[in-house]
Amino acid sequence: MSATPPAGSASLKLARSNRQSPARKRADRFGDLALFLICAAAALLALLVIVLIAKEVIEGAQPAISKFGLDFITSSEWAPPLEKFGGEGVIVGTLITSAMALLIGAPVAISIGIFLALLAPTSVRNVVSPLVEMLAAIPSVILGFWGLIILGPVLVSTIEPFLHDTFGFIPLFGPPQTTGNSVFNAGLILTIMVIPIIASVSRDLFMAVPRELQDGAAALGSTRWEVIRGVVLPTTLSGMTAACLLGLGRALGEAIAVAQVIGGSTESHLSLFEPGGTMASLIALQFPSAVSKMHTASLYYLAALLLVIGVTSNLLASWIGSRFGNAAGVTR
Amino acid sequence: MSLFRRRAEKEFDPTQPLVATGNLSRRHFVSRVIQFLAIAAAVAAVAVLVIVIWAVVSHGAKAISWTFITTGYPTGVGPYLVGTFEIVAIATLIAMPIGVLIALFLTEYAGRRWTRPVQLVLDVMNGLPSILIAVFIYILIVAPTKKQSGIAAAIALAIIEVPLIARGTQEVLNLVPSHQREAADALGVARWRSILTIILPAAVGGIVTATLLSVARAAGETAPVLLIDSLAKGDSIQLNPFGQIPNVPVRIFQLSEEANPEGFTEAWGLSLILIAIILALGLSSRALLNRSKRKMSR
Repeated sequence: MSATPPAGSASLKLARSNRQSPARKRADRFGDLALFLICAAAALLALLVIVLIAKEVIEGAQPAISKFGLDFITSSEWAPPLEKFGGEGVIVGTLITSAMALLIGAPVAISIGIFLALLAPTSVRNVVSPLVEMLAAIPSVILGFWGLIILGPVLVSTIEPFLHDTFGFIPLFGPPQTTGNSVFNAGLILTIMVIPIIASVSRDLFMAVPRELQDGAAALGSTRWEVIRGVVLPTTLSGMTAACLLGLGRALGEAIAVAQVIGGSTESHLSLFEPGGTMASLIALQFPSAVSKMHTASLYYLAALLLVIGVTSNLLASWIGSRFGNAAGVTR
Repeated sequence: MSLFRRRAEKEFDPTQPLVATGNLSRRHFVSRVIQFLAIAAAVAAVAVLVIVIWAVVSHGAKAISWTFITTGYPTGVGPYLVGTFEIVAIATLIAMPIGVLIALFLTEYAGRRWTRPVQLVLDVMNGLPSILIAVFIYILIVAPTKKQSGIAAAIALAIIEVPLIARGTQEVLNLVPSHQREAADALGVARWRSILTIILPAAVGGIVTATLLSVARAAGETAPVLLIDSLAKGDSIQLNPFGQIPNVPVRIFQLSEEANPEGFTEAWGLSLILIAIILALGLSSRALLNRSKRKMSR
């Protein structure tokens, strides 16, 4: 030992304590193995939980699956006392609310990402970024409560009549109802939930776009927007798709806030202003008070469908992120 | 372009200031409009946040008083607060070791081959709708025992917390400088000793941050407690985790389902307390993260 580390440093203590006695070696071999096994077991446990969730939910849904089969998806009659269960109404409701959340939320969120990553000065970014993330931290039950008490009445009194008068020829904007609990309200609440997710991911994506590419485009005479359209958006397209899929997964699976504001109907209809239902919200509303075994099994069936859609959108997002993200050299 | 040049030739006046005309001014205009829209989007998001928080604060402040916090149903909400605290504490005690161990597995042991699959499992777990986790625990624990319980709800919340803690811990573990690892290896320190005595201590700040964030998330999760632990009455504090425990999110949900103005006031009060706790957790974790990152980069 020619170069001695300073006395009292952590490495010196470790080196001193590391005399190679046989007992010590044995302990180390055991410790290495034990720590590895514990860590691997934890990772396995996570996998096990996912597999178990799929198994239990699908098993629970078995009675409904064998009774209704795929007709469950196309039949719209949901009548627990009559033992008739068809999920079309809530499946359509899920698709409409999620589509609405993404159609409004994604452009807004990506604009926020552009603002935060490319336009805002650092001081503004450091204030606005946490605020946008705070929006994601609001519990869904509180957002739903707000939607029920504050947003609903506003929608009924002003926004829905306006939309009906202006765009009434589109069947989506039917006559306004007396209650604020509607598919429209649920879609707006989901929009609020989706925006911070997509915004923070796209902000990180835009920040990772190489500075030289943007400067190069600017040097060729591009305006700010042309740099964004020509360089930033194309290089991050795959990442933004993945971000939108993440948002979609969130919107599809949100149960509580939607249950509070959507009105809890199971019929399928086109008008946004009538009460409706989504798969997740129906589970939340009816599960605690299910009237029969078949009722519970049908709710499990909905959960199984939700599981399939949710896992697919997640896997797709992560596949797109890794496959195309690496090719563009933007994400890690 | 040609139009621009012709005009410039015809009317060139060196005393005039240089301003964009024609096509270029149109492009500048488009760029301005888009930038304005981006700013408007950010303003809108912040405005929504302010409106929601303002609604919660202005309505909730009316409900809050000493009796409101310390007494039980019907005058106050103490038992709900204690219950949520207990459930989340149990959930975090379960989730934190598992999450940290998974992160250790990913950064220290997994290698190229196993990183992707494990990461994928975490991503899927993180993306699972919480209502599914609730249904799962219901089938697994509540249905067989025919009894709702706080511990079952805590396990469901733990499943929600694990991927959050694992992801956050993994990020800081990756930040631990590799020369520290290499120095320990060069001194002949066994792997497990260097992990436990060098790498983990360096990452403690990040682990705490991730845990705080996951606590904030779990405290507001409603779906699991609604299905698994929703029947408890809030008139007295329940501490037995194997029994039903009253808790805040379910209470807010139930009050919002009843059309009762007095109940709404109570729900606003509960919302205010919950949001204050969650935002405080979020802010403190952010401050902590900045501090530990600064420390690590030194």
